[in-house]
Amino acid sequence: MPAELRYNNEIERERSIDMQALYAQLLVGLINGSFYALLSLGLAVIFGMLNIINFAHGALYMMGAFCAYFLLNLAGIGYWWALIIAPIAVGIFGMILERTLLQWLSGLDHLYGLLLTFGIALIVQGLFQNYFGSSGLPYAIPDELKGGMNLGFMFLPIYRGWVVVFSLVVCLLTWYLIERTRLGAYLRAATENPTLVRAFGINVPRMITLTYGLGVGLAALAGVLSAPINQVRPLMGADLIIVVFAVVVIGGMGSIMGSIITGFALGVIEGLTKYFYPEASNTVVFVLMVLVLLVKPSGLTGRAT
Amino acid sequence: MRTRIIVSLLLGTALSLGAGSFAVAQDKTVKVGVLTDNSGLYSDLGGAGSTLAAQMAIEDSGMAAKGWKIDLISADHQNKPDIATAIARQWIDVEKVDIFMDVLNSGVALAVNNVVKEKNSIMINTGAATSDLTNAQCSPNTIHWVYDTYMLANSTGRALVKAGGDTWFFLTADYAFGAALERDTSAVVVKSGGKVIGSVKHPLNTADFSSFLLQAQASKAKIIGMANAGGDTTNTIKQAAEFGIVTGGQKLAGLLLFITDVHALGLKVAQGLNFTETFYWDMNDATRAFSTRFAERMRNKARPTMVQAGVYSGLIHYFKALEAMGGNPHDGAKVVAKMKEIPTDDPLFGKGSIRVDGRKIHPAYLFEVKKPEESKGPWDYYRLVGTTAADQAFRPLSESSCPLVKK
Amino acid sequence: MTVTADDSIPLTPRTIRDEMIAFAIMTVLLMVVPLTGIYPFFVMQALCFALLACAFNLLIGYGGLLSFGHAMFLGTAGYISAHALKVWGVTPELGILIGTAGAAALAVITGLVAIRRQGIYFAMITLALSQLLYFIYLQTPFTHGEDGIQGIPQGYLFGVLNLAKPTVLYYVIVAGFLFGFLVIFRAVNSPFGEVLKSIRENEQRAISLGYKTDQYKLLAFILSGTLAGLAGALKVFVAQNASLTDVHWSMSGEIVLMTLVGGLGTIFGPVVGAFVIIAMQQYLAGFGQWVTVIQGVIFVVCVLTFRRGVIGEIAHYFRLSL
Repeated sequence: MPAELRYNNEIERERSIDMQALYAQLLVGLINGSFYALLSLGLAVIFGMLNIINFAHGALYMMGAFCAYFLLNLAGIGYWWALIIAPIAVGIFGMILERTLLQWLSGLDHLYGLLLTFGIALIVQGLFQNYFGSSGLPYAIPDELKGGMNLGFMFLPIYRGWVVVFSLVVCLLTWYLIERTRLGAYLRAATENPTLVRAFGINVPRMITLTYGLGVGLAALAGVLSAPINQVRPLMGADLIIVVFAVVVIGGMGSIMGSIITGFALGVIEGLTKYFYPEASNTVVFVLMVLVLLVKPSGLTGRAT
Repeated sequence: MRTRIIVSLLLGTALSLGAGSFAVAQDKTVKVGVLTDNSGLYSDLGGAGSTLAAQMAIEDSGMAAKGWKIDLISADHQNKPDIATAIARQWIDVEKVDIFMDVLNSGVALAVNNVVKEKNSIMINTGAATSDLTNAQCSPNTIHWVYDTYMLANSTGRALVKAGGDTWFFLTADYAFGAALERDTSAVVVKSGGKVIGSVKHPLNTADFSSFLLQAQASKAKIIGMANAGGDTTNTIKQAAEFGIVTGGQKLAGLLLFITDVHALGLKVAQGLNFTETFYWDMNDATRAFSTRFAERMRNKARPTMVQAGVYSGLIHYFKALEAMGGNPHDGAKVVAKMKEIPTDDPLFGKGSIRVDGRKIHPAYLFEVKKPEESKGPWDYYRLVGTTAADQAFRPLSESSCPLVKK
Repeated sequence: MTVTADDSIPLTPRTIRDEMIAFAIMTVLLMVVPLTGIYPFFVMQALCFALLACAFNLLIGYGGLLSFGHAMFLGTAGYISAHALKVWGVTPELGILIGTAGAAALAVITGLVAIRRQGIYFAMITLALSQLLYFIYLQTPFTHGEDGIQGIPQGYLFGVLNLAKPTVLYYVIVAGFLFGFLVIFRAVNSPFGEVLKSIRENEQRAISLGYKTDQYKLLAFILSGTLAGLAGALKVFVAQNASLTDVHWSMSGEIVLMTLVGGLGTIFGPVVGAFVIIAMQQYLAGFGQWVTVIQGVIFVVCVLTFRRGVIGEIAHYFRLSL
């Protein structure tokens, strides 16, 4: 047997009993899960409230990352401010989109929403690619979060730990905002029965625009979070968005908590797959989606449609 | 006797008439087509820069002054073999293009290779990585100019092992290209006296490499070979910096990396990277002179990549061959045969030659990316670490499965 | 999907006559192409995509189901045909059959999964399934991954027709396209088609009338997938290669775009749409970097203001049934 194959087999055997490596992969999976959770949260907010499938979500995530890059390189504004400014800036852009384009579709079948946002995604990604090429732009991890801690079973970069914590906080805050506050109650009511809510004097179109802005802002926030660890490229959201779609289908589309939990869970499952059978880690999400659909079509926590 | 004189007279007239018309038919018009990726993954590698390089080659060759009429057209194949073959056919049938330059992307290159062979045109491929173009799929109409996967694996693997990196761990993209890169490099590493102590396959277009990098780190291999390309490679490198892999003493070896990737990563992240290229703008005075002129005309003042330099170099040689033939016979195989006869010599790649299988050979250089403090400005990124001679760098003819090679 | 298709016009002999006249015109135009100066390869490619778009339109325009994964049928049939032709060395007609059969099998499997949801969910499921298949094809050796299957022989159809000759190949492709088109035409203007349209308009009512709507939808899906596969198998002869771009989700997006531009829910719309989009890709290749942006703009404009598409607007204006 050639040398390299013999060594590979030994590595395989070692792997199967290496619990430390397993814990490491689980933690890494949790980190990835936080991105899935943030993104599917934004999608779920937009869909749950507006019945629009926001295909432009990936492009908006990318805009968030680019916004952080510009803030740093053109205005000298660092990461911490970017975390606040970029989601607001991209959120405003999203609200403009909603006002100018999406609102014309409010009476129509929501498949048109999918097509329109798909077109928007093509335009945004195409424009960015024309001006910035495809290789990507560098964005460094902020100094306060550099380095790592030795946890015993792995070396955890501090930035990654920050990502998990921050995402959890944001997800829970958003869930709380929508499910437990009065504003959230208005939002939910406005989408279930707009006419009645309008009769109460609440400005429904404004609520809808704000909701879209919130969802977009969440996508942009995920973009800022990912800029230091992934290359800032025009197509960085394009393939990610399809995975997030699968996450949302599995979690049940209308449910906020469902998307959060599924996002994290899927990150962990993907991490485990990377450990046991790495070649399949790309496809495991879709396979899971198929399985869930066969067993429980409305998703794990979704309402039956 | 009289019949013989008449016949020979007639034959003589016919021959001279034929030769005369042959000389008249030898026209001096050339149409060059740059078929590249203007909008996608490889647009920085080739794209507008390749068209510019072609333009500069036409200007520098002085062919216009010698009575030649040279046209240049370019198109974006959008990394789609369908579109590329459609454009290729149309260019040959309708636009009367004589030669295809650049043709990035291995899938596209192989598809166009077939069309070019079928229609007896010419392709000088400077952008695609697949070594199949001069191996199983070789053709008398195609020349593979700048690099291929075999040469990259050979040069990087061998030079790094010689420099002390004798244990390797591979991070491989799980598809045919990645597997081929890993296989070729492993073979070279083992042959040079090194050991491959492990490998892991990751799916194509992975965003997060933490799991795989952890495994690479745990293996304690001296060299982590990245058998992947494009976004996967840049993400691996960036995240490796996070996990402190290079500061921990391991070295990253890129098996398909370009100066545009280093530019995109920035020196802070990319420092210490080792990989092979066959052209660097700062190698010598001649390359510097060309690159300065090139950068002035490029949108973002970028220096030429080896793909773009190959377009310039290839066209210069093509024009040399045409000049030697006295005119353009519009016969692909004939001109390529002439190009193989003449040894190459241009300011960018130096002296080299084109083998019978269509492979152009020239020396391969192993570079290491400088530290930020060592760099004097943008695009000043490389330090030369080692050179592999031209006759050793590429797949030897004895191992070739190309039908043009007579065994 | 309550698409603005004017097939609310009742099926009278007059409407059938409109459609037959349009069909005759289209056939004549196609037959005459080699005699004009138009480059046949462009038309052949456009025809394959036209058939693909028509198959897609069967599902969305008449069944109300938006499939965002139709590329998987194109690509699967393409790969299987290519492999059969190149590696097993089968004759062209057998190659087409095997490829189409492969796509049909895929349609059955994916249909059983996808039909369980409707509307948006259906679209997302088809998208995810197609992405799953993309990754599988990326890794399986027989597809040669990024290189694709190259240099596929064209051979002799039925042993007599030399497909390497462009004119012969052209008429074969036209024949294949017309065949597929007629199948769709027949399906739409039949009791099956009527039930399908009623399901699209109001599924609850169709169920209450006793129709097993799931079966109808599944059948439509399988038919659509099979014909998309036929398009893929035919395309293999035109392009002589089968590559990953055929299974990528951006290809599915283009199919949607073609149908949208031409006119959802019209019979001839997808044909026109396919020609428009393919022409745009070909002749704008010099400005390649703008193609994506332009496609996006067309999407946006069509959805907002031009929902009926080219043929739809014409049909509406002249009160024809197209």
